[in-house]
Amino acid sequence: MGMGCAQAAQATHLAEMIFRRKTKAVMGSDIVCLLRNRRVGRWAALLVAASVIGAGVAWGGTVVAPVKNVWAALISDGLHDPANPDISLLQEPGDSLSKLPQDYVGNKVNWDQALNEGYIDPRSKLQPQTRVRTLDQDTIMKNTGGTPWVRFPHRPHTAWLDCTTCHDSMFKEGPTPGLTMLAILNGQYCGKCHGTVAFPLSECNRCHSVIPK
Amino acid sequence: MKPSLRPPARGKRWLALLAVLLALLPGAAVRAEYGDVVLNNWSQKNGMRPVIFPHWFHRERFRCKVCHTELGFKLQAGADDMDMADIINGKFCGACHNGKIAWSVEHCGLCHSGKPGLSTGIMSGGTSQGPGIF
Ligand code: HEC
Ligand code: HEC
Ligand code: HEC
Ligand code: HEC
Ligand code: HEC
Ligand code: HEC
Repeated sequence: MGMGCAQAAQATHLAEMIFRRKTKAVMGSDIVCLLRNRRVGRWAALLVAASVIGAGVAWGGTVVAPVKNVWAALISDGLHDPANPDISLLQEPGDSLSKLPQDYVGNKVNWDQALNEGYIDPRSKLQPQTRVRTLDQDTIMKNTGGTPWVRFPHRPHTAWLDCTTCHDSMFKEGPTPGLTMLAILNGQYCGKCHGTVAFPLSECNRCHSVIPK
Repeated sequence: MKPSLRPPARGKRWLALLAVLLALLPGAAVRAEYGDVVLNNWSQKNGMRPVIFPHWFHRERFRCKVCHTELGFKLQAGADDMDMADIINGKFCGACHNGKIAWSVEHCGLCHSGKPGLSTGIMSGGTSQGPGIF
């Protein structure tokens, strides 16, 4: 910065008189001047440091040592009525979910692992005559605009769900017209379950998992 | 009146900067358990607390296909028009909450457990502690 802060302020004012709008360069020096103000600068430095440390802790927590998960108590989850005398008869999510393989999103449980490794054994049917169908087949979706391709695995889905939930009302057995990220973020297609019950859409890399060769 | 050409006062700009920084900090956590469904199409109108259906609890015991295929629950909170007569007659929740597979309907407060004023919907904040990385 060649200019002093007082001059910069004057220049800003002048530029705004002339152009009747702010100019980037002058704005830039303006922010530097704002930060040079000792009181403001100290606070800004403190905030930046706190953000960096906070982000580092959150990041290190998920990558290096998973933070110990905490689930809200029913009485203070904002949903259950503390005045309901029966609330104490309900199971606390943390009492049960903490015993399953951990994740850091959704229920903070890796449900696929919980099922595969026998932590839970949920029933597949109520009626003896119901046919339980599964399929172990992946579909690679390549319309991903520069991001890694999407691998859709049938195995973990058909372990939980029947074919009719998805076929053909939601997906065709071939390219599905209208299947875009925007539609998914709007709660359609994959976004019907991912973001509501299954792991959320913030986990891009779990779907976009295939690096094109 | 012409808009003032003076740049906003420093204090105000500082406040704006602070607001942006605060907006970037992780928001207040959604406390309701991921996947909890609130059903309140009829309950409160009829003097009962809204119903809370916990997905986490049921999926430990039943796969999705049991409810969403065999029993035909729709994939949209509030889409099934359930009333208490249906449930007592063994439909919807009553397919299991019949004293055989699970405790029966007389335990009103276990299902009707929500805070008054909640609206029908699924309570899932897509919360993540880190950016998704490719
Ligand atoms: C539940 C799975 C899933 C998750 C999670 C997911 N995507 Fe996608 N994404 C898809 C599918 C499926 C497509 C469409 C692929 C196709 O049609 O070939 C897609 C397409 C895209 C496209 C291509 C352009 C478009 O609009 O279709 C982009 C870009 C994209 N995703 C970015 C992201 C980002 C960024 C994230 C994380 C915030 C993310 N995705 C998370 C499944 C997912
Ligand atoms: C969670 C949703 C879901 C479930 C459950 C599901 N599918 Fe699919 N299926 C898909 C998707 C998504 C595709 C790919 C569609 C696309 O390419 O646009 C697909 C594709 C297919 C294809 C075409 C595969 C290919 O590579 O051409 C077949 C066949 C198929 N599914 C059969 C089944 C059967 C049989 C079941 C039950 C055992 C089943 N699916 C269950 C979502 C599902
Ligand atoms: C009808 C509900 C439903 C739909 C629709 C759906 N999923 Fe899933 N998906 C699930 C469930 C349930 C799981 C199990 C894990 C969980 O609950 O978090 C799962 C797991 C996955 C996994 C992780 C498997 C593993 O090995 O851990 C991937 C990847 C995935 N889904 C991708 C997709 C993509 C891509 C689409 C859309 C093309 C899609 N899903 C649509 C319900 C769904
Ligand atoms: C014990 C029964 C039961 C089981 C098991 C179950 N669900 Fe549900 N689910 C429901 C009920 C009830 C609703 C609300 C339906 C209504 O209000 O009409 C619902 C609603 C939903 C919705 C709609 C959410 C929205 O956007 O409004 C999705 C998605 C869903 N379930 C996915 C799943 C998945 C995925 C699984 C398996 C991992 C699953 N459910 C297991 C009973 C169940
Ligand atoms: C597929 C069978 C099935 C269906 C359908 C079903 N439930 Fe349940 N539910 C169970 C079982 C089994 C239990 C556990 C009973 C026990 O512990 O004795 C349970 C327990 C519960 C609990 C208590 C959870 C706790 O913390 O202890 C609530 C609340 C509940 N169900 C609500 C509902 C509602 C509301 C519906 C309908 C929207 C419903 N259920 C549909 C099988 C079912
Ligand atoms: C297994 C769960 C469950 C139990 C137990 C239960 N209900 Fe319900 N009840 C529901 C559901 C689900 C609805 C529909 C929710 C809605 O959309 O408002 C409902 C709706 C109602 C309604 C409004 C609709 C109507 O039929 O008038 C009343 C009143 C009601 N329940 C009373 C009771 C009473 C009283 C008891 C105890 C004797 C009871 N319920 C026990 C799940 C349950």
